[in-house]
Amino acid sequence: MKNPSSNFQAQESGSNTTERPSRINRRVALQWISSATAAIPLLEREAPAAEKPGVRPPSVFAKGYGPDPDIIRKYKPGDLWPLTFTKDQRLLMIVLCDIIMPADETSPSASSLNVHDFIDEWISSPYPAQAADRNIILKGLDLLDEKAVRRGKPKFVSLKLKDQLVICEDLARKAKADVRRFPGSFFYRLRNLVAGGYYTTPAGMKDIGYRGNVPQAEWNGPPAEVLKKLNLPPQ
Amino acid sequence: MPVISPKQKQREYDVVIVGSGAGGGQMAYTLTMEGIKVLLLEAGRMFDPVGETAMFHTWDMAPLRGVATPDKQKDFYDASIESGWEIPGEPYTNASEDKLRQFAWWRQRMMGGRTNHWGRVSLRNGPYDFKTRSRQGIGFDWPISYNDLASWYDKAEMLVGIFGDSEGIENSPDSSPGVLLPPPKFRAGELLARERSKKLGVSVVPVHRAVLTKQQDAQRVPGKLHPRNKKAQRLLAANMRLRLKCFFATACHRGCSIKAAFDSTSVYLTPALNTGNLHILPNSMAREVTLNKAGKAKGVTFIDKTTGAEHHAAGRVIVLAAGSQESVRLLLNSKSNRFPDGFANSSGKVGKYLTDSVASRVSGQIPALEALPLHNEDGVVGQQAYMPWWLAGQQHKLNFPGGYKALLVSGRKMPSLNTGKSFDRVSGGDGIPFGKKLKEDARRYHGSFQSIGAQGAMAANDDCYCELDPQVKDKWGIPVLRFHWKWSDDELRQVSHQQQAMTEILEAMGARFFHAPYVDKPEKAISQGGKIIHEVGGAIMGDNPEKSVTNQWGQTWDVPNLILGDGATFPGTADKNPTLTIMALAYRAADHLAGELKKGNL
Repeated sequence: MKNPSSNFQAQESGSNTTERPSRINRRVALQWISSATAAIPLLEREAPAAEKPGVRPPSVFAKGYGPDPDIIRKYKPGDLWPLTFTKDQRLLMIVLCDIIMPADETSPSASSLNVHDFIDEWISSPYPAQAADRNIILKGLDLLDEKAVRRGKPKFVSLKLKDQLVICEDLARKAKADVRRFPGSFFYRLRNLVAGGYYTTPAGMKDIGYRGNVPQAEWNGPPAEVLKKLNLPPQ
Repeated sequence: MPVISPKQKQREYDVVIVGSGAGGGQMAYTLTMEGIKVLLLEAGRMFDPVGETAMFHTWDMAPLRGVATPDKQKDFYDASIESGWEIPGEPYTNASEDKLRQFAWWRQRMMGGRTNHWGRVSLRNGPYDFKTRSRQGIGFDWPISYNDLASWYDKAEMLVGIFGDSEGIENSPDSSPGVLLPPPKFRAGELLARERSKKLGVSVVPVHRAVLTKQQDAQRVPGKLHPRNKKAQRLLAANMRLRLKCFFATACHRGCSIKAAFDSTSVYLTPALNTGNLHILPNSMAREVTLNKAGKAKGVTFIDKTTGAEHHAAGRVIVLAAGSQESVRLLLNSKSNRFPDGFANSSGKVGKYLTDSVASRVSGQIPALEALPLHNEDGVVGQQAYMPWWLAGQQHKLNFPGGYKALLVSGRKMPSLNTGKSFDRVSGGDGIPFGKKLKEDARRYHGSFQSIGAQGAMAANDDCYCELDPQVKDKWGIPVLRFHWKWSDDELRQVSHQQQAMTEILEAMGARFFHAPYVDKPEKAISQGGKIIHEVGGAIMGDNPEKSVTNQWGQTWDVPNLILGDGATFPGTADKNPTLTIMALAYRAADHLAGELKKGNL
């Protein structure tokens, strides 16, 4: 992304920091820039190589958001760089999301919070830290379908939930034994991303018991029942 | 007088300041309030903390759930732009391949500098911290004592707005009555730590932070800070009224659009601009300090980053406050016949004596804090409680000089992407938890993990310094710094003590641990030099022109109209965070400078 600060500087001339005449201009400029940069990699990007069995797709050629992104904008997966999943992979991820973070009496499932799209955004990231996850997760998705074939079904998603759970429980044990070794590494990374993706949504934050991020006139410390439980005197 | 472009620059200013953070901002504030005409150069762009701050955004609104990337190196919502450890086109180098001997350098290229994302912890150095050499036989004494700076700490605290309490703890000074704002209540885990640490002789007390827990007293404070200066009183009072009380939500490092948390733009530069005495020139990368025939500093050559063109800003006085090592780099890159080794460097001490906080951390899980009744635990978000160094009076019995403080933040914090894996260490079962079990574990254990971080003193030594790299240049062709770093045995022994003591404090809280503390392997626990972003030194103040670069007011011995206004002048690092001392020193230096200018001495 081109740094917009050069435009910003010219617009800032004659203003001071208590006024904000250039804010709209900058916002508009940033939106223009990010939509332009989002469009280019789509054209430049190679066609998904996943058509050929056994061949891993290349790293994406998208660019990052640059050192001066619009942080006020609310981003959705796909806004900044093209996504990776095929229709089948996306469907499989929806199933995995709901195995890892299922709905229950008090909170919704991960797929209903679009966590699967976050996973797609993550593995499609142009940044180096996510490149390893891209390989591990795509490889792991293939492995799950292979395991289904061995059980007489064409795909993991065609298995009964009971059988899907047996496979995942086995992977969870492998992950606990060694988080670096495939396929335990696949389930470990997937679980981290699905659960982390879940708990960073408002519904997930509520479920985990986070009650903050709301403005308050006063902060009075923990309520009396908390102090009582901890055997502490009133503050 | 406003934010300008290079073409609108005047032929000469009274003072040209390089850098807009804690030091440069404070200097600009004090000087312009005294009627002095100032030009401020900042390498980054203008930044509006009111309109560009994502205060209540949740991580699901950010790309990649807001995790750090090479473009945003803390996190997506951190109030840092064009900033980080590694900036494309602006490298630095390390002389050693050994990670333990490398220094990491955070640069903040934006208006307001690092005050934008600073944690706002604001502690005074204590009396002993100015007498390191006399008391410990290592490092240096400062050319001033605590008493010389105490009233400037009061002034800086009143101007900035800092909460805290008076504790009467040895070498962790109290402020004068009426200076501090009330501290916030503790969270449950902090109250537990306070109760259980008593038997160890460790006090858990309110930390001091630059956050308004109460609106500043715009009736009283301006008159105290600017006696006999009605205009300054009026401008400061108006600015104080623009700042609201903290609403006890969202992290200060994201920036504060209600101006409850201090940053240089909101608190220093806005009223300074309103005096009509300040020009701000953003996107200006300083390259060199220039010298006139009389041997005085003439101005600063800088590159307009928007065009690549080079310009010169002239001033009767030049202040460098570019961030300690960036100011040092400017000096080293300003070579002349008079100063072949860098500006004001006849002592050969420019670049020497870098110090940083000596830091390590211990974490555990506290069963007593599991599944507590749900409640909002944001408080002022981040540090509210700390343990000032509890052995200041018994230092002679220890095998290391200098103390440390310990900071803790407890409670159910806003979850991050890492939250998903955080329960593995406490979850039973033969596989990593997922499904129903993970949800149950998360509800039970979130908020029960407790980490304590120690940050300690470091005396200046000969092994930690920087110099110009003989080959590498940045994208503007300016030579870059090469760092040398080595923790001494003093620091490593201190970290062993930190590891032991923090483990005992957590044990007293009933913690279980996931690995042994690094008492015998301090090199495994110590934070890399620079990673705490507390680095200072490189142009230290002293009372001997042969052994230091500046006097007590930051004036270089060689060129009295060249002043260092940032942390470069620190002769060592205390067990306190450096920023408040940078502010108090800059306040004092600017006051002295204003007097000298009025007397015609410069």
